[in-house]
Amino acid sequence: MDMLANLALGFQTAMSLSNLLYCLMGVFLGTAVGVLPGIGPIATIAMLLPITFGLPPVSALIMLSGIYYGAQYGGSTTAILINLPGESASVVTALDGYRMARQGKAGLALATAAIGSFIAGTVATLLVALFAPPLAEVALRFGPAEYFSLMVLGLVASIVLASGSLLHAMAMVVVGLALGLVGTDVNSGIARYSFGFPQLADGIGFVVIAMGMFGLAEIVSNLEHEATRSAAITRVKGLLPSREDWGKIIGPIVRGTVLGSALGILPGGGAILASFASYSLEKKLSKTPEEFGRGAIAGVAGPESANNAGAQTSFIPMLTLGIPANPVMALMIGALMIQGIQPGPTIITEQATLFWGVVVSMWIGNVFLLILNLPLIGLWVRMITVPYHLLYPAIVVFCAIGVFSISNTTFDVYLMALFGLLGYVLTKLGCEPTPLLLAFILGPPMEEHLRRAMVLSEGRVDVLLREPLSAILLAIAALLLASVLLPAIRKKRDETFVSEG
Amino acid sequence: MHIRNPRDFWAGAIYLALPIVVIWIGRDYPLGTRARMGPGYFPTVLGAVLAIFGVVSIGRSFIRAGEPISALAWRPLIFVLGSTVLFGLLLERMGILIALACLIVVSALASRNSRLDATSVAALIGLVAFCVIVFVKGLGVPMPLIGTWLGG
Repeated sequence: MDMLANLALGFQTAMSLSNLLYCLMGVFLGTAVGVLPGIGPIATIAMLLPITFGLPPVSALIMLSGIYYGAQYGGSTTAILINLPGESASVVTALDGYRMARQGKAGLALATAAIGSFIAGTVATLLVALFAPPLAEVALRFGPAEYFSLMVLGLVASIVLASGSLLHAMAMVVVGLALGLVGTDVNSGIARYSFGFPQLADGIGFVVIAMGMFGLAEIVSNLEHEATRSAAITRVKGLLPSREDWGKIIGPIVRGTVLGSALGILPGGGAILASFASYSLEKKLSKTPEEFGRGAIAGVAGPESANNAGAQTSFIPMLTLGIPANPVMALMIGALMIQGIQPGPTIITEQATLFWGVVVSMWIGNVFLLILNLPLIGLWVRMITVPYHLLYPAIVVFCAIGVFSISNTTFDVYLMALFGLLGYVLTKLGCEPTPLLLAFILGPPMEEHLRRAMVLSEGRVDVLLREPLSAILLAIAALLLASVLLPAIRKKRDETFVSEG
Repeated sequence: MHIRNPRDFWAGAIYLALPIVVIWIGRDYPLGTRARMGPGYFPTVLGAVLAIFGVVSIGRSFIRAGEPISALAWRPLIFVLGSTVLFGLLLERMGILIALACLIVVSALASRNSRLDATSVAALIGLVAFCVIVFVKGLGVPMPLIGTWLGG
């Protein structure tokens, strides 16, 4: 009953003309960055953060979330049409989707991806509405020990999900935590690691790091492997699936939705993990596993549904616990904090319009996306043909202006260039920057909660294990870490990331 | 004994260098006790953990072979990062119009495919105009159109 009233409130908020426009703008931009290889949702959202300063919080969040799930739709288009995944979450879609396109079934593959994403998005929206409020109730009972352990779990998950060496993923977490130390210590007022720069008194801006490591460093990497992209794209026709096709895709869509929703909620989870998991599940369940990799429609339907569901349910930990499941959610938290809203369990009750408005807007956004991606497919196809060398200077421009406008200081522009260099060097050394960014954001609250927990327990470390909830969270983290260290699972993990490579 | 995995070796060198900086700068921050952690406690613990990772990574680089580090792409690295630094230097001195034009031209030099033709000039003018209208006029970001060196 309550939920109906809440959803009504959400519709009221999300259906206002301006919010509809922001939603449309978000999903349109999201599809665009999804289509354009070489720019992802992290860099885009970081660039657009300054623009959202002037918006009401609900509009800002509606637009930014539209970019994230919109990118999941757009990423599949390039994966299918030119075998170039616009987003890392659509890497698996390229395996079978591109084969389908080569066989003249590009339209069917695109339609399958869009329909699967739509169904998954609708279900995931409902799940957010159902599960976020009770989870927030649990979270209200969290003390400092529980929060600390939850963040440990989130960081462990990001280590497990990072590609490449475990040692480097763990080290990246510590480096991220160390970068989070910069700035004034809350308890003592001492400016730590500010190197005498007053600009660093409030710490390093996370947008500076995100744009440097994910914006600039990625451009440099892309230019390193720059090739003249072939613009030979097959004509798209035969969009709608036949009755027989429906029979083949409905199972994978349902399974992908369930799997994706579950994996999205996990800290460190989200769209990428969901699509990989769904692909291997469908391959295992299929009566004709040999078709996978040769144009199996189930290999498009499952992962595409899963990545969209995962993208949406990853909002649950962000909105209820104030803990980001991935860097995109971390940026959302940043957007809220800029607006003066502290994300956490109280957000659902204290900011009911915001919460339910955003939830409902996700469903509306999925309707927009269906329209944007099926009838307007021609527009996106044309966008793929824009050469990268015309595109990337614009990204550099938006990064530079965006970073400047946050605190109106050129200091941040130089700092961004420095992090661009660091990001590029780390990639060269085989260290993935995602765990670093997540740890950087979680670092300061983690230290806070740890210090508070230690004060409360008078310095007894075992308080983290004596509080039952905290002990459970740490146990899950330990299991997760142990499981990756086991040789069998480790081998499997390496295989998964090899196919991503 | 020689390095069999240069990636592990150099990553490990970074993991070792960073804690030295962290602990050296942090030597004056009070450590406190575990019950009352001072501002130096968390950094010291982090530094110690990272240093261990550094030792392990360097040690491993002598034992387990790995891929070599591919050559750095100097051209995109210098032009892309350099263009943003140049933008920072020029923004208040020359104004946004010139700073942006320089940023675009220098960053474009990073790609071998960039050409000076009608399309790219039109794109440059369009992009500068867009940024001035959206960011300066629309959002009110305090960026001078004409910089101090030009009497703005």
